[in-house]
Amino acid sequence: MPRNSENPALKRFTVFTAVSTLLLLCIGGLVTSHGAGLAVPDWPNTYGYNMFFFPVSQWVGGIFYEHSHRLVGSAVGFFVLILTFWVYGKKSRAFIRWGGVINLLLGLIVCWKYPQQLQNGIFLLGLGIFSILASFVWPRGEMEDKRLRRLALLALFTVTIQGILGGIRVTEMKDELGIFHGTLAQMFFVLICAMALIQTRFWKRLEKSHQMDTSGLRSIYILTTIVVLLQLALGATMRHQHAGLAIPDFPLAYGAVWPDTSEEAVASYNSRRLEVRDYNSITPFQIKLQMVHRIVAAVIVVLIALSFWLTKRRLGGRHSLTRFAAFWMFLVVVQFFLGAATIWTSKSADIATAHVAVGALTLVTGALMSMVAFKVLHSNSAVESSIPRFAPVAAK
Amino acid sequence: MKKSILLASLALAASLQLGSAADITGKVTLKGTPPPEKPLDVIKNDPGCSKLIVEVPKTRFYAVNDKSELADVVISLKGVSGKSTGAEAKPILLDQIKCEYIPYVTAVQTRQTILVRNSDPVFHNVHPTPTVPGNKESNKAQMPKAKDLEFTFDNPEMFLRYKCDVHPWMFSYVSVFDHPYFDVSGQDGTFTIKNVPPGKYTLEANHRKGGIVTREIEVKDANVTADFIVEAK
Repeated sequence: MPRNSENPALKRFTVFTAVSTLLLLCIGGLVTSHGAGLAVPDWPNTYGYNMFFFPVSQWVGGIFYEHSHRLVGSAVGFFVLILTFWVYGKKSRAFIRWGGVINLLLGLIVCWKYPQQLQNGIFLLGLGIFSILASFVWPRGEMEDKRLRRLALLALFTVTIQGILGGIRVTEMKDELGIFHGTLAQMFFVLICAMALIQTRFWKRLEKSHQMDTSGLRSIYILTTIVVLLQLALGATMRHQHAGLAIPDFPLAYGAVWPDTSEEAVASYNSRRLEVRDYNSITPFQIKLQMVHRIVAAVIVVLIALSFWLTKRRLGGRHSLTRFAAFWMFLVVVQFFLGAATIWTSKSADIATAHVAVGALTLVTGALMSMVAFKVLHSNSAVESSIPRFAPVAAK
Repeated sequence: MKKSILLASLALAASLQLGSAADITGKVTLKGTPPPEKPLDVIKNDPGCSKLIVEVPKTRFYAVNDKSELADVVISLKGVSGKSTGAEAKPILLDQIKCEYIPYVTAVQTRQTILVRNSDPVFHNVHPTPTVPGNKESNKAQMPKAKDLEFTFDNPEMFLRYKCDVHPWMFSYVSVFDHPYFDVSGQDGTFTIKNVPPGKYTLEANHRKGGIVTREIEVKDANVTADFIVEAK
């Protein structure tokens, strides 16, 4: 039977998982910014070691970024697993115990039959023992509500896919998978933040609020959030082509409003590139892609400014959605300057990574705002249909 | 008797064949002032590699000396194909020394073995990144003092990049030809392409940053000299 009361510990743990996810996104950004995605050629092992046994003394150069990303990724995966067990309350005990037994047996088999994989065997054994012990002290609480359980399962599925995608991207050396990995990471972050939001008192208080959406705010928020997601996918595409800056100047592009993308011009751009890191040669497509990224950035600034202005005008300065919109406006301005700084600093790794992180926060803010708007604002027809109507008494 | 006549004829034919081939020699010089090379300061952040160097190395875009003689230019015959003897050719060595690939630019034939060695006391990953379909990208870990790694490529490709993702400043460029008529200019800018059969050819000098310069040449019995001037971009 689902519990009705609040679960503050679970809420805090969900927020902790969301913060860990943002950290993971930042380290993922550093991996790409430093071109270190393939610094560890094997997966799931690291230079033949089980990743948790890889010597700290060897965490150098590109290995440091890639290996840290794997470890933090594993930690986030583990947190989501705990979160999923947690929302299922005491029902999870059996899963944890039997899962532990399976790990224990697998660990024994690996240690016995495959001595060259001893580290992996020891890891499985340790995980098995930990799970079995944890099952005895696991809280006997009730399940959380159905919506939270479904979101937790979706998060567990997404984080699993995300981990496998990251691994295959390494073993198959496919940049396309890196683009998908980068974009899915952003969506996963939204999912965890949404799980945190629906556990807050703020969200529960919204239940009682009903206002009409006469300015189409919900549509604007949703549309803007979708455009932000597309922009992040564009950014991931640019980053995973490992071509450095396709256009090295801003606000102009190769000294023009629209750059020359003829074959001769692009060959000339490439021959003039003298960077310490030898990026892939740029192509006309990449130049056009960056131009589209710039244009979409301007569109997003306008859309978010419009959202803020309309929200303030319609709902007033003290409404929670207005505060959300003001924060959104702040983020997009910071993001715009970080984008420019990425170019002005010749794609400095820290600046480029901050651009990825603030991009993720911009997406999350839009997504959470949309959730809140759909909770407190209602279309005219919905409000009208919710008003009880009494049939006129027929005159006798 | 018949057998010895046959052998003698073959030997004569072979010597005639050899006698008809000639060498193409020349020198590549750089015109103009190249942009200054950039110091690889990033190496100082790596605890393993920084211990191996006395001074910070620089990029190697234009390897030019005081006399403007230009190294690392790939000179080859154009329009020749299907003559690779790479499978039988001696392997070439690409070494990783003090966290740099040596040599920076080299050339091989298709199916010729490229041996990659790690002479450093640090981990490297060896990551060739071909762009021509049929040449396979791979990424292999190489521990200190590990066995040499072997690579071959089936299709011609200019400046096929080898990189190390652990040390993002490490690059080497291997040009792959399906014939043996090529060379890479040395520190004094000179090159020699040996045993070129008689004929009219286009000779191409290709520098990664300076671009391509071509010359029409005719090879007869005597050796041919062909110099090139590459302009700094």
